[in-house]
Amino acid sequence: MEMITSGKCMTVFLSGEIDHHTAAGIRKQIDEETDKLLPQVLVLDFSAVTFMDSSGVGLVMGRYRNVSAHGGRLEVVNLPEWCYRIMKMSGLEKIAKIHMTGGKR
Amino acid sequence: MKPINKFSMTLDSRSANEGFARLVASGFAALLDPTVEELCDIKTAVSEAVTNCIVHAYPNGVGNIYISAAIYENGLFKIKIRDRGCGIEDVKKAMEPLYSSLGGERAGLGFAVMESFCDKLSVRSTPGKGTSVTLDKYIKGKALAD
Repeated sequence: MEMITSGKCMTVFLSGEIDHHTAAGIRKQIDEETDKLLPQVLVLDFSAVTFMDSSGVGLVMGRYRNVSAHGGRLEVVNLPEWCYRIMKMSGLEKIAKIHMTGGKR
Repeated sequence: MKPINKFSMTLDSRSANEGFARLVASGFAALLDPTVEELCDIKTAVSEAVTNCIVHAYPNGVGNIYISAAIYENGLFKIKIRDRGCGIEDVKKAMEPLYSSLGGERAGLGFAVMESFCDKLSVRSTPGKGTSVTLDKYIKGKALAD
């Protein structure tokens, strides 16, 4: 996982498998950074994610709550088709006004 | 209908085993020559079921997760994921999308994902005794996908 910050925008390049087991560590790393930087925009890039179950949705929902708590915005980008399927089940793109762009695997 | 092949295993309800369980399940299902999408569906559904055992069935410790699977001539892949944990008081409520007894970082989509990624889902639970989840997935396979 790589994190790049430019101005008030922080981009997290997620990679590998996101399940309940791995989500805990990912969450901790992201939150430590966002608590420090309070980014205006937090971008979660899913292009290198090889597996995701509903723990990925929980991860996005939790980060959305965190950034919006200090007035920030969340963007979810480069979601592979099959990730998008799960993400859509949560209705997240409606509730959270999350910008989702589909990508190819 | 008799299975053409089967396996069973018992594993600890440790979160590190989530990846292992879906790897074993998808490896076994691979005998039916599934497409990448079908394998992904199986991995995802199994991951949800096993996570439920770890998070909900045994919230305060490590217990056993019993997994057994079989494949059939007609392309059916059937997997049962069972625990002897706390059980579910209200299965109907637990299966509602976006409902989670834990809230927080759990999306409450476990059963909804299993239902959507498989052809059949059945859940049996007795409070205090445990829960058993059976997933059916018909593998059309690469031969038919072309």
